[in-house]
Amino acid sequence: MHYYMTASELAQRIKKKDVSAEETARSFIERIEELDGSIGSFITVEKDRALDTARDIDKKLRQGCELSPLAGIPIALKDNICTENIRTTCASKTLEDFVPSYSADVYERLEKAGCITLGKTNMDEFAMGSSTESSVFKVTRNPWDYSRIPGGSSGGSAAAVAAGMAAFALGTDTGGSVRQPAALCGMVGMKPTYGRVSRYGVVAFASSLDQVGPITRDVRDCALVLNHICGHDRRDSTSMNVAVPDFQQGLEEGIKGMRIGIPSEYFGEGIEQGVRDRVTDAIGVLEDLGAECEEVSLPHTPYALSVYYIISSAEASSNMGRYDGIRYGYRAKDYSDLLDMYIKTRSEGFGAVVKQRVMLGTYALSSGCYEAYYKKAQKVRTLIKADFDSVFEDYDLIVCPTSPFVAFRLGEKTDDPLENSLSDVYTIPANIAGLPALSVPCGFSEGLPVGLQFIGKPFAENTLLRAAYAYEQNTGFHTTHPQVKGGAMQ
Amino acid sequence: MITKEDVEYVAGLARLELTEEEKEEFAKTLGDILEYVQRLEDVDTGSVQTTAHILPLINVYREDEVEPSVDRERILANAPDTLNGCFRVPRVI
Repeated sequence: MHYYMTASELAQRIKKKDVSAEETARSFIERIEELDGSIGSFITVEKDRALDTARDIDKKLRQGCELSPLAGIPIALKDNICTENIRTTCASKTLEDFVPSYSADVYERLEKAGCITLGKTNMDEFAMGSSTESSVFKVTRNPWDYSRIPGGSSGGSAAAVAAGMAAFALGTDTGGSVRQPAALCGMVGMKPTYGRVSRYGVVAFASSLDQVGPITRDVRDCALVLNHICGHDRRDSTSMNVAVPDFQQGLEEGIKGMRIGIPSEYFGEGIEQGVRDRVTDAIGVLEDLGAECEEVSLPHTPYALSVYYIISSAEASSNMGRYDGIRYGYRAKDYSDLLDMYIKTRSEGFGAVVKQRVMLGTYALSSGCYEAYYKKAQKVRTLIKADFDSVFEDYDLIVCPTSPFVAFRLGEKTDDPLENSLSDVYTIPANIAGLPALSVPCGFSEGLPVGLQFIGKPFAENTLLRAAYAYEQNTGFHTTHPQVKGGAMQ
Repeated sequence: MITKEDVEYVAGLARLELTEEEKEEFAKTLGDILEYVQRLEDVDTGSVQTTAHILPLINVYREDEVEPSVDRERILANAPDTLNGCFRVPRVI
């Protein structure tokens, strides 16, 4: 079934003219029409635009133009990535009718490479959440078990790729929002180093943590997508002007002699036995492949979730300040004056989770609390980063679980924000320290996918990809697909 | 411990209006979260510098040159209310 082909394989078929870009796009759109009523990955599907773009690619092929390795590949984008003339909602009532007048840097780059954008995917409202359940538009179901969450916040993107409704997708990762849903849906997900990918045109949640990343079927595709989305952008002042290597280079060199640290803090209380077993098996595989795996310590790990809660909420409360109902977005209908308009607009436009984060962030930044919460969290952030710096003096990378548990049931944890966030305890530290991290499938527990996480040194994505590729090619969990079905949901 | 009055104060700063139900709920959830993050007090950060972001970047400047930007009409197309090429807001004076 070509729905489960990698982007690299699909591109070959299109390039060799075995199949046209238009036929490919049409088949993926039919797949969405068949399945997405059950899964709920997409907020917006751009059928006509996708087919038009695909016909353009076919025309260029017929003319013998040299095309990029991603030409004609059908993709999905998380709905917080601005797409000129395509509605970008952040799964919020606030931006329900927002049609950007400009495009995010990552979207421009993928369009230029000839990717076919099928549509925009569901997410937690403004990316605040870990299960995609805070979307105001719809529920997204895990393709492996429709009674379970796909993870989040990029749950629509991960479910779309897992169910064969897109060859790959982009998500954003503030505390694990690419890696965790990728893990829970059995896909490869990567958060590049902070500064590697431009955030221009990506709706901000927590600006010092946010990073765009790909969700793909395998590690080679992950490298391929990185080749196209990374690079300096002067429109994002936190975009680093560093050389971008060919991420596919050296992928097959193996991991013999590579030094891998296994942080003991990532195997403590709260991890499911099935997850622990699969990750332990995976470490065994890495050793068999010639890596030297040793236990290490990242002693400030128990404080990471607290630091994340304070910093991300503080930055969110500041970023959400722009939704005042004046320049764009929702505006309340009835109000008495300007201040009342702000208040009603925001109170009606934001959902419960967004309000909660804005409240927490406002509190943490308020006079009298700033030192105790925000400044304290920024200091502990320094210590968390120092833990990693110290381990990376002796080791090439760190290996640990991506999530402490497999996908939980819809509605199981929505009431308790702390419990909901516990699924991010192993992904958050890489955001706090700005490090590149990647999740790769490492087997199943109770029939549900488990993710193995690799964390690397700043801008050392190549090392992560090489190790993940060696692991993936020697295990092959990425070749198992969920049994998906269409039809109306019960 | 977060009281209903605390919640009302913070909601005012955040330009939010909460229902009685929301006030009670936020008093509990914010209280729970703040109690959880109390653990940061166990960490000795006496001489530790803060980290605002992790990149070795201080100020990023560009030449102060006029460049074309997005067309005014296209920007205004997303505004809830406009008048004579401007955003329109309720009277403030």
